[in-house]
Amino acid sequence: MPLSFNAARPNLLAAPGVAWLVAFMVVPCVLVLSYAFFERGVWGGVEYTFTLENFARVVDPLYAKIFLNSARIALTATVVAILIAYPAAYAISRAPRMTQPILLFFAVLPFWSNYLIRTYAWIVLLNREGLINNLLRSLGYTGEPLSMLYTEAAVITGLVYNYLPFVILAIYSTLSRLNPELMEASRDLGAGPVRTFLRVTLPLTMPGVAAGGVFVFVLSIGNFVTPALLGGGRFQMVGNLVYDQFLTANDWPFGAALGAALIATMIVLLLVQARATAHASGERRGEAAQ
Amino acid sequence: MNATFSGKLPGRIVLLLVFGFLYLPIAVLVLLSFNDSGLPTSWSGFSTRWYGALLSNTDILRAAWNTLVVAVFATVVSTVLGTLLALGMETRRRKSSGLEALAFAPMVIPDIVLAVALLTFFSRLGLTMGLHTIVISHVIFDLAFVCSVVRARLKHFDFSIVEASRDLGASGWTTFWRVTFPVLLPSIVAGALLAFTLSVDEFIIAFFTAGAGRSSITLPMQIYSMIRFGITPEVNALATIVMAVSATVLLISQWLNREQQVP
Repeated sequence: MPLSFNAARPNLLAAPGVAWLVAFMVVPCVLVLSYAFFERGVWGGVEYTFTLENFARVVDPLYAKIFLNSARIALTATVVAILIAYPAAYAISRAPRMTQPILLFFAVLPFWSNYLIRTYAWIVLLNREGLINNLLRSLGYTGEPLSMLYTEAAVITGLVYNYLPFVILAIYSTLSRLNPELMEASRDLGAGPVRTFLRVTLPLTMPGVAAGGVFVFVLSIGNFVTPALLGGGRFQMVGNLVYDQFLTANDWPFGAALGAALIATMIVLLLVQARATAHASGERRGEAAQ
Repeated sequence: MNATFSGKLPGRIVLLLVFGFLYLPIAVLVLLSFNDSGLPTSWSGFSTRWYGALLSNTDILRAAWNTLVVAVFATVVSTVLGTLLALGMETRRRKSSGLEALAFAPMVIPDIVLAVALLTFFSRLGLTMGLHTIVISHVIFDLAFVCSVVRARLKHFDFSIVEASRDLGASGWTTFWRVTFPVLLPSIVAGALLAFTLSVDEFIIAFFTAGAGRSSITLPMQIYSMIRFGITPEVNALATIVMAVSATVLLISQWLNREQQVP
């Protein structure tokens, strides 16, 4: 039983931080989301007449298409990131114990450098005058320079690049906690390496995959910087739409409804992820009981 | 005992490829920042002229100063609040899921949603926006990160030493400053450094809460506008400096917090 620090009661200690979060996070979020239920004012702003029209607009084919499109781009980025991160995390978890923290540190380091700079680096690489086209030319390629920037692939590359370190970290953390005896047991029982991986390792590391995947998906679908810079504004995503409603169209209620849809998506995904984690730990407990 | 699907060599190839993917773009930027022409078209000799150009660019210098001011204030406030919150959460007899959710939320709310929420909130209050509103906003996620770093340390904290100190007649305050605080200090500093880097790098929320004037532009906002209006070689130099500073601060933070990794 943790001792409290004398008279300083836990609730008292937590109070200032809680107050800050309630005042500057909970209240603003509730306020802005509540706008979704009102009409847009004539000169922008909010007219306090109750309506559900903003939500109807979110599911209107025109905007639903943008939502589905960004979901597709985010999903592609998520799958690609997991496909790259899994082998990387696996290789790190197989490295000598002493080098694992170092490898991990250098895998995560780029994640902490500025997001804009990391995105900008891809402009330099993918540009028509950029490094990859230069390299191709010096290798004897004489055709038109490839237009790689301002494509959907560029947006996906940028998203994968920006969030990859975190996915590696998430998958590594479940891999490193895996009991190696389970794999040995599987092999002793006659399963080959592939079967052991598919039936033992992969299912047990799904919580890490889910955590990393949800992270990439949530941040990608709400992103507006990467589509704006690497997509050249040609790929409208939910994040850009929210941005436009607030800063350009001045339609706060509709922007709020889009934001609500974004948060709802996120909450559903987090719940799914929590379930996946609980499910996996339940399995582990079941094994211990046997 | 060998790996299931990878021996030593495939593992190394995978790591080489992934690290190449992660570091090639960064390496290119750093290299270009020392290229006399500053453009990726050709290497025209080593030069530090772009770093010199930064020093005479008043917009960038002001943005750097603003960034520093915001980061320092946000770090101080969030370190105090985050540490207290961590202490409060870890010394509670019963875990509160509401409190857990509150402390976790700033790390998962989509940036864009928090940004527009703060924008509408501040304009609703009729507050003039500027560096102070950026600081208020940065404290939100900074304090969540400080709290989680300090909580991780508190999880391994041996509370019997607090008891021992009290049994030996020390008051609550003395116990806190002489026993608890020194044990927590490395993680508090690590959390503070993390908050500082996050604050220096944060773009979207600052962009929305800075107000209309150019006077409260921060470095990421400056970088964003430079990138949008075409590639200028100065950005390479600026990017290199920002990355070097972040990496150094992070390295120190990791080093201070290293014991924590031992379970």
